[in-house]
Amino acid sequence: MTKKSYIQAITDGLDIALGEDSKTLIFGEDVGKNGGVFRTTQGLQDKYGEDRVFDTPLAESGILGLSIGLGLTGWRPIPEIQFMGFTFEAIDSVAGQMARTRFRFGGQKNLPITIRTPFGGGTHTAEMHADNLENFFTGIPGLRVVTPSNPYDAKGLVISAIENNDPVLFMENLKLYRSMKDDIPDEKYTVPLDKAKVVREGTDLTIVAYSAEVNESLKVADKLAKENVSVEVVDLRSLSPIDTDTIFASVEKTHKVVVVQEAQKMAGVGAHVASEISEHAIMSLDAPIGRVAAPNSVYPFAQAENVWIPGVDEIEAKAREILDY
Amino acid sequence: MANKGKNAVDFAAIKADLGSDFKPVQILDNDGNVVDSELMANFSDDQLVDFMKKIVWERALHEQTMNFSRQGRLGFYAPTYGEEASEMGTVSAFKENDFLLPAYRDLPQLIQHGATVTEGYLWSRGHVKGNQFKARALMPQIIIGAQMVETAGVALGLKKNGEDAVAFSYTGDGGTSQGDTYEGMNFAGAFQAPAVFIIQNNGFAISVPRRKQTAATTLAQKAVASGIPSIQVDGMDVLACYQVAKEAREFAVAGNGPVMIETLTYRFGAHSSAGDDPSRYRTKEEEKPWFDHDPLIRMRKYLTGKGLWDQETEDKYVEECKASFKDAIKEADNVEPEKVSDMLKNTFEVPTPDIAKQITEFEAKESK
Repeated sequence: MTKKSYIQAITDGLDIALGEDSKTLIFGEDVGKNGGVFRTTQGLQDKYGEDRVFDTPLAESGILGLSIGLGLTGWRPIPEIQFMGFTFEAIDSVAGQMARTRFRFGGQKNLPITIRTPFGGGTHTAEMHADNLENFFTGIPGLRVVTPSNPYDAKGLVISAIENNDPVLFMENLKLYRSMKDDIPDEKYTVPLDKAKVVREGTDLTIVAYSAEVNESLKVADKLAKENVSVEVVDLRSLSPIDTDTIFASVEKTHKVVVVQEAQKMAGVGAHVASEISEHAIMSLDAPIGRVAAPNSVYPFAQAENVWIPGVDEIEAKAREILDY
Repeated sequence: MANKGKNAVDFAAIKADLGSDFKPVQILDNDGNVVDSELMANFSDDQLVDFMKKIVWERALHEQTMNFSRQGRLGFYAPTYGEEASEMGTVSAFKENDFLLPAYRDLPQLIQHGATVTEGYLWSRGHVKGNQFKARALMPQIIIGAQMVETAGVALGLKKNGEDAVAFSYTGDGGTSQGDTYEGMNFAGAFQAPAVFIIQNNGFAISVPRRKQTAATTLAQKAVASGIPSIQVDGMDVLACYQVAKEAREFAVAGNGPVMIETLTYRFGAHSSAGDDPSRYRTKEEEKPWFDHDPLIRMRKYLTGKGLWDQETEDKYVEECKASFKDAIKEADNVEPEKVSDMLKNTFEVPTPDIAKQITEFEAKESK
């Protein structure tokens, strides 16, 4: 066990994947000599050489198109898109091409590609750097979308994503990169790609969240525990597919649920979770489904993030409303 | 302040000169006369006849396919009438282990590269079996810039594999306006990957003429900024198309990086079989000079003059080809319809839990 930050855990996972499979390739903007703008790929080019870890020209559709071609010729690409907002440049490469390739071939070819990309608010970046774009990507058949909320899951999930033979979008939370440290095993381990995790057991209310909002939700659970209110927190980890079994089991136990996300409320992950609960577990509920999400405006400029991103206060208020219903 | 000095730049002169260094390669002229005997010396009589047969095959494929289309027996089909030299000349230069990334007007090349006509017809109808060919290729691309970035990736993969092979792709004049075309050429150049980009300039992107597509005087010059050598070729001259593509492949496979070829051809027919009417956007007078360039007539004149071909041989071969296409569509008729459960299985290698449930639901329905 070693104490590692969220970003070090990802680097560790990448290192293990590169070491185990000589067909893995890491590439993208600045990932080579510079080790990535956040240093996620630090030291990997020195260790594995420029043939395995290399810089590309600055063009996102080119990077993901390159990934498809490399995948078709026997390689296991791990492209980085420097910020999730830059994926807009590559929507066709993902949705129109990569995610459809296995389907087009009638299952005869797979594309084992893991797209890594940082996202998430709270670090006051320039525009287009922090947007939560999972609401787009979870609507793409043939693409898995996962995002860890802690260093342990970060390492295990990135290894699972790389080992998986289908395209996976691996979303790395910018704010968590260096703000969170945990003791994690030094050896290889994996975390399943389609299983949510109950990160806090409770009996009075379920909070379903993912990424940084899991940690905000845990703070609310701590706060309410002081009033003898027992909150269960479910970390989705996988945003596509969604592990509804774990959610239903929790809701059937607590009978009350609040679904939390940092992304805008419109058409997205939280809406899908709420709809699944409505369709399959509504008879277990003693109160309406609570939702905490960002407003449906464009993602804010840096100085307004604090009034826009839902945090502990909003989660706590919604939790109390549903508990008191 | 008075302007006493001279101008630093003559932009008008630079603009007038852009693209002026491209001279299309030609071996045979419109009337079937040899214009470059040294290049013609590369071809044996057998090869010449083989090229003629390929052109006749593609023309017959087009005619028969349009018939099937009019009978309602096919789905989307992009006519290739007029582009036979460009398509057959270039594709013939590549080897079986080269990786083809075609666009939607490139079914004939996909078939020449190892897919069957039946698979071509199934692709047109919209059946997954049309994509399960043994050719080393992707299925025809609809988003006609996407295959360009993928070509860079395939080419880099082949290079990393140490293979004696290239990636070769096709797009059209319209496709060169796609951002992905620039990204693909630039990436292939940056990685010195063995790629051959073939731009079939057939004059139209559906209804928009080439002159409205770009201010560039040639499409070939679009490669220059990526550090990629490029060339224009008479796209109605099958021998010139072959020769240029062959040399491009040799250059790329030897580790010299990518190449781009612009073939100057013409879409004699409509954009697609689905109701496009060229008379809405071009006149018979505009079309006339291009019909004078017909690649089939040009080769027929040349080979007939050499005593290597005659009308009877041609008629007989057309009948043979058409009979094989009729067999192919019958074979396509016998393919089982697709099942939703299979589509779900084809989405991920290991079905996700939600998909696994839907597979069970659909298998229950399908077994009734």
